Amino acid sequence: MSATWDGEVLVRAEHVKKYFPVRKGILAREVARVHAVDDVSLEVRTGETLGLVGESGCGKSTLARCIARLYDLTSGSVTFEGRDISPLSRRQLRPVRREMQMVFQDPYASLNPRKRVGTILADPLRIHHYGDRAKIKNRVRELLELVGLSPEHVNRYPHEFSGGQRQRIGVARAVALHPKLIIADEPVSALDVSIRAQVINLLDDLQDDLALTYVFIAHDLGVVRHVSDRIAVMYLGKIVEISPAEELYRQPVHPYTEALLSAVPVPDPDLSARREQIVLEGDVPSPVAPPSGCRFHPRCRYATEICSQQEPPLVMHGSQGHLAACHHPLSLSEPPAVHDRAAAP
Amino acid sequence: MAEPLLEVRDLKVSFRTEDGTVNAVDGVSLEVAPGETLGIVGESGSGKSVTMMSVMRLINDPNASFEGEVIYKGRDLMTLSQDQIRDIRGSGIAMIFQDPMTSLNPVYRVGWQIEEQIRAHEKVSKQAARARAIELLGAVGIPHPAQRVDDYQHQFSGGMRQRVMIAMAVSCSPDLLIADEPTTALDVTIQAQILALIKKLRDDFGTAVILISHDMGVVADIADRVAVMYAGRVVEQGSLRGLFYDAQHPYTWGLLGSIARLDRPRPRRLTAIRGLPPSLIRLPEGCAFGPRCPYRFDRCAEVPLLTDKLGDGHLDACHLDPEQKKERRDRAIRPDLTARQDLAVPQDLSPEGAEQ
Repeated sequence: MSATWDGEVLVRAEHVKKYFPVRKGILAREVARVHAVDDVSLEVRTGETLGLVGESGCGKSTLARCIARLYDLTSGSVTFEGRDISPLSRRQLRPVRREMQMVFQDPYASLNPRKRVGTILADPLRIHHYGDRAKIKNRVRELLELVGLSPEHVNRYPHEFSGGQRQRIGVARAVALHPKLIIADEPVSALDVSIRAQVINLLDDLQDDLALTYVFIAHDLGVVRHVSDRIAVMYLGKIVEISPAEELYRQPVHPYTEALLSAVPVPDPDLSARREQIVLEGDVPSPVAPPSGCRFHPRCRYATEICSQQEPPLVMHGSQGHLAACHHPLSLSEPPAVHDRAAAP
Repeated sequence: MAEPLLEVRDLKVSFRTEDGTVNAVDGVSLEVAPGETLGIVGESGSGKSVTMMSVMRLINDPNASFEGEVIYKGRDLMTLSQDQIRDIRGSGIAMIFQDPMTSLNPVYRVGWQIEEQIRAHEKVSKQAARARAIELLGAVGIPHPAQRVDDYQHQFSGGMRQRVMIAMAVSCSPDLLIADEPTTALDVTIQAQILALIKKLRDDFGTAVILISHDMGVVADIADRVAVMYAGRVVEQGSLRGLFYDAQHPYTWGLLGSIARLDRPRPRRLTAIRGLPPSLIRLPEGCAFGPRCPYRFDRCAEVPLLTDKLGDGHLDACHLDPEQKKERRDRAIRPDLTARQDLAVPQDLSPEGAEQ
């Protein structure tokens, strides 16, 4: 998916924070805050695919929803095509929504079971005054063909389709209004392996054909590597590393990225037996009271005193555009984690 | 091979439904030797879970009918009464499930639930059972087990709950542990912890393991032998290396080719398996994988048998000539993916084709 991009920035998120209040008691007083996204800045360049990875609860979905302005930000700003969309009201957002669409994880829950596929696809077209009836009807047929379904299926209900086909409908709905940005939140996680590849290839083709920009969220690092130009790794509401895709896998700088990559099982028995696997101790701490300093320090095998006291800034490591937030960045000359360590000297 | 610990012989499980008979398991034969780890891979609806649930006699659906034998230590589990099978569950064969969120009872303390199982199978005092529960929680890596034993399941994270499930499963030292997608609901770093734990328990106690997964990576990490299931049948079965380095069935090739792998350079496109898994109510004539198989030829109209074609103990159910396979396989698993033919979905969109 290495589409040409001229470096133009489509989305810029600056110091985005999103806290959710934890309320208790009859007065529903706020007793704590979940730091779901805590001071994240990143940019999405026109035509690229930015992958967002991290474990459940790391804030990747919340960040995506902040970018899509499905949430109001606690603080910070989101700029879309040079325009700050963070203070906009619902009404003001409507024309922006046309430009950015989402594909959701669960193809069973994201389509209204009581609407026919034709209606599901026509709704956004009608809401945004796409054209008269005939024009909308034509567009719906066109969309079904675009995602590899037959135009005869307009009158069917979602339950008549398999998971993979429903996800195709979700994708068709997202591209209906010629958006510039698609935010795909775990679009293939609920699908079977053989179907997963079909949907990934479809997203891939649509990006080439329709000049789309993707923010692609997934916890499957193999899938993210396959689709992304750049990848941001999140941990407990923060970006800990962001890098061009291949470089992240070849030379992870942050110990969390290293551990995450080494935890992915590889379908190759010999390599699996040979390689060193870093098994992280314990669970992800609570985002209500994140650890001091570097949030990863309680689970990090390289942690020293400074890690619990000072929060490391996100700074450049190695090549252009490879940033990581770590006091003890992994030596860039070390052999990469995913590949064979035993063979290295 | 040593005397198998568990042998499934030609197991058939079908369910009567309004739309017709669903043949969930259609003649599956498997065996596990003591101490061995068998991996079973397949997509949803391939019958892997139903097979194992039947082995444990956990399917009580009045519309289900069973055929075949499940031999465990010389007894056919399919013919045992519920009382007899209850003796075997837990102490002989134990099972852990995919979803640690729903496998524990939310209204009892986790320690109590482990003690209950111990006391059901062995004549021990309450105190002794409790001590054992604490010891087990410690053994599966729960910090401060003496305090956590009195917690409820909601006080544990997903990974911790799965550890509790494993503690419970191994509490009566079973000979066989059946793990049905034990890590699917967990994050990768937690998955690595759980797999390491299962391996450790297996190596310490010599327990045989049947691990069901849809993830080829998980199976590569843990199994000694692997069976691949498709539409209720085993289509390929062999040693771990045989299956990953010398796969004989086009479906296995498809599974291996469609994974976005971290250990190889990224291909331009993934090789998707075209189409959808078939309806289990109306299986295609002949080879069930036929309609999705790019190498289909006239012989595929008859059902291929699972046989040892090369005399090396590797079984596969495919009519293709072994000689022709190698080159096709290399193209399927490591292709240069420029073609776009997989985009089209077959026009047969019957509702039964939907995943179950």
